[in-house]
Amino acid sequence: MRDLKIAKTDWAKGVEKLFGPYRVFGPKKEGLFHNFARLEKGEAPDFSCKNTRLSAKGLIYPQTEKMFEYTLDPNKPDHHVHKEPVKDYSPMAVLGIRPCDAKAFTLVKLNFDTPEYKDPYWIKNYAAATFVGLACDAPCHACFCTSAGTGPYDTAGLDVLLADAGDFFLAKVLTEKGEKLVAAAGWAGAGDAGAFEAKAKAAGDKVVSKVNTAKLAGKVTNDLHAAPFWEDLAFACINCGTCTYLCPTCWCFDIQDEVCGTEGCRLKNWDSCMYPLFTMHGTGHNPRGEKAQRVRQRFMHKLKYFVDKYGAGIHCVGCGRCVTACPVNIDIRRVAEIMNGYEPGKDCAV
Amino acid sequence: MQNPYFPYPVRIDEVITETEDKNLKTFKFVFLDPGDEKKFAYTPGQFGELSVTGKGEIPIGIASSPTEKGFVKFTVNKVGVVSTALHNMVPGDIMGIRGPMGNWYPWERMRGKNIVIVGGGFAFTTLRSSIVWLLDPANRKNYGDIHVIYGARSPGMLLYRDELMEWERRDDIHMHITVDRADTPDWKYNVGFVPAVTEAKAPPGDADTFAIVCGPPIMIKFTQPVLDKLGYSHDQIIMSLENRMKCGIGMCGRCNIGMEFVCKDGPVFTLNQLKKTPREY
Amino acid sequence: MNAMTDKIRQIARRLLEEGKVDMVVGFRKGTVPMMSEPCFIKDSARVDALVWDGNCGINLANYLTRRKERMAVVAKGCDTRNIVTHIIENQIRREQVYIIGVPCQGMIDKRKVKNLADGEVLSVEEKDGKVVVTAGGGEKSFDRTALLQDNCAICHHKNPALSDELAGELVRENPDVDRYEDVRKVEAMGAAEKWKFFDELLSTCIRCYACRNACPLCYCPTCFVDESKPQWVGKGQDPTDTRTFHFLRAFHCAGRCTDCGSCERACPMGIPVRQFTKKLEKDAKELFGWEAGMTLDARPPLDTFRPDDPGAFIK
Repeated sequence: MRDLKIAKTDWAKGVEKLFGPYRVFGPKKEGLFHNFARLEKGEAPDFSCKNTRLSAKGLIYPQTEKMFEYTLDPNKPDHHVHKEPVKDYSPMAVLGIRPCDAKAFTLVKLNFDTPEYKDPYWIKNYAAATFVGLACDAPCHACFCTSAGTGPYDTAGLDVLLADAGDFFLAKVLTEKGEKLVAAAGWAGAGDAGAFEAKAKAAGDKVVSKVNTAKLAGKVTNDLHAAPFWEDLAFACINCGTCTYLCPTCWCFDIQDEVCGTEGCRLKNWDSCMYPLFTMHGTGHNPRGEKAQRVRQRFMHKLKYFVDKYGAGIHCVGCGRCVTACPVNIDIRRVAEIMNGYEPGKDCAV
Repeated sequence: MQNPYFPYPVRIDEVITETEDKNLKTFKFVFLDPGDEKKFAYTPGQFGELSVTGKGEIPIGIASSPTEKGFVKFTVNKVGVVSTALHNMVPGDIMGIRGPMGNWYPWERMRGKNIVIVGGGFAFTTLRSSIVWLLDPANRKNYGDIHVIYGARSPGMLLYRDELMEWERRDDIHMHITVDRADTPDWKYNVGFVPAVTEAKAPPGDADTFAIVCGPPIMIKFTQPVLDKLGYSHDQIIMSLENRMKCGIGMCGRCNIGMEFVCKDGPVFTLNQLKKTPREY
Repeated sequence: MNAMTDKIRQIARRLLEEGKVDMVVGFRKGTVPMMSEPCFIKDSARVDALVWDGNCGINLANYLTRRKERMAVVAKGCDTRNIVTHIIENQIRREQVYIIGVPCQGMIDKRKVKNLADGEVLSVEEKDGKVVVTAGGGEKSFDRTALLQDNCAICHHKNPALSDELAGELVRENPDVDRYEDVRKVEAMGAAEKWKFFDELLSTCIRCYACRNACPLCYCPTCFVDESKPQWVGKGQDPTDTRTFHFLRAFHCAGRCTDCGSCERACPMGIPVRQFTKKLEKDAKELFGWEAGMTLDARPPLDTFRPDDPGAFIK
């Protein structure tokens, strides 16, 4: 790890040089909101937004991704046999990802890169990416990253971390991948570790929203599952997929076949535990047929099952997207507090 | 990197209509690449994803036994899009299989023990795999008494009838076949629901006896108290679950019961394990 | 606390104490600025959780179907029109709901506030027709009318169409407002221009279905996009499928939509989805003289036949 100082003029020139060795991605305003998008040469990543509306997860895990192609034409020799499409796994530079989103990838990795099975699509995309983070000096009021195992200057999952210091960026080069990118961009000025640390400390203190999750691991799953507060917490929910689609850590997906004429493909699409279809059996039986059951699943997964399964904290990085974008104001911070404080048999304040 | 979503291409070798309502068919598949058969090495209790190109995939228990070579067999109930498409397919058609997936019945733990297999309806598939495997001379000697209680609505709804009759004639397995109602006068086996037959015929539970239970929810619901009455420990009641699945490898997120994925951590659980998880199946 | 909130609490307390209803469906204070959360109250001791302000834009008619309880519901003009529609469409029985009608001054558009505020919005207070927005960069005061949701700015049925009791004085309606200026603009476009317009409109759609799920009209047990036998629509991000969803959903709302704006309010991507439903709402008005949810005594145009139907195809 080493420290760099990059003047903003050098930053712009360096970004220019990344086009070529890298496919370059960064925040870009589309409609009302910023989102990560592939940038064309000449385009600069727009660092003016606090955070992108959608998380960066779609860069590694697109909402719709082709897994296989095949032909149904019996006259072709390999009919009905699945073939992997050719994909671009050349290096990607992801510029301006927030530390919470980068940390989220390390949680999602636990799902897609397991000792027994490897999801090749996720793993190859992730391996192709070099993440240049942008530290948060002005965290949003709904952010609670410091309660969720990360923070505005967290380096987890990043290759380079930038801190905006006015006319220049202070940077930390964190990995071999980061070194390569920095070299390609030609950024070399010696940095100031002390100034970086001071900014990090100041930013951490600005995260005002805190959530208690320490007691979740000690709770009995079936006690929480049978707790009386779910109906009240779930009442407002309209079972849309906003929370899950905006979430950087939600990873659930569907597999769908689509055919046009004799040519078909198998797709991997984001899915959501909020949808009744997610768990519906072929017979029509549905283990999570009621809204409250699905809301419970979402929070139990994030705040209990994940905690127990991986011992890596909660399945949430505190980015606050679901808090601010939920159409009906279901707030994970409130749910976490209620779950964390719940004792069976005692009245719980809902 | 091996792609766990890639279905091994297979050819349908034979289709057998199992039941009188024609809703259950057994498909015998041959791998196009014989090397894939080796990769598909399985143990009774596991399942595979049957992949109908253009329609999708369904998780189905493996009905053949690893002791049967050169093919794999699956018995499929016609329910949804994929199973309906599959029922319309004929020998020679090409499709795919992924797997084997999930865990299996705890054969190592049950070594040297008596086994009571309780099955109902079309959930008998992995139980057939288990019985064929157990009766193989290489395995039979490793287990104690074997009882099988298997019930269906009527004689015509029993799966694998020829084999059932063959097992009836053997002396190294105790068969207790039953039907809810016998509609033929020459029915010479049991009449009655599975829980009642279990109560009458199953050996009492003890440290040396395991029960494997696989069937529709209603059968499981009423069999469990019977096994309790017979003294089976909940650690020795083995159950196989079904849930909606897509990936089959613990990634897509829908089949969980608590922190366990039915597809990867299951489908086989002891009753003790299940009691600790939410009943979301 | 405003007078409306006070009155709503009084009514809710009385109804629960008298046992007239099992629960009251209303709003409670949200956890973030400009959000009030739909909630239910069953215990009269808890009625003080109920609030009313300019952030109650979610249509509570959406929360009344498939329930067994006798319910009171806090309902603004458009909510009551959707309740009427529910009754006409046999989704709820009139005697199952006690309508606490709220004459409505319109809902605040949180996106307008965010765009006008100086930095991140920290709090929003309403007082005497003004809205005071406190943001990271300081405090600003706005005329309430400048911050209304688009649908509220052109609303001409602010008062409840049906209620058992009012929670406030009736407000002045604005019957002469031009409701369809934007629709006429789209109508005037050529085919290619229209196509481009809709394509751009939907380009950021993530198919989360928040618009559909926030809509009280979308109560189908299985939506056509979720059907598998047959599967009408692909489930990925193919623009054809996204378009199909939005267009068909709009058609399903023809003659039923009250322009409550819930869909647009719910959309996490800020897509003006009312552009679709409004055209059909305009058609229902112009072709059949129909406004949804205004009366229990007439059938909607799409489930009746009249010999003077303006469409030539039917003759």
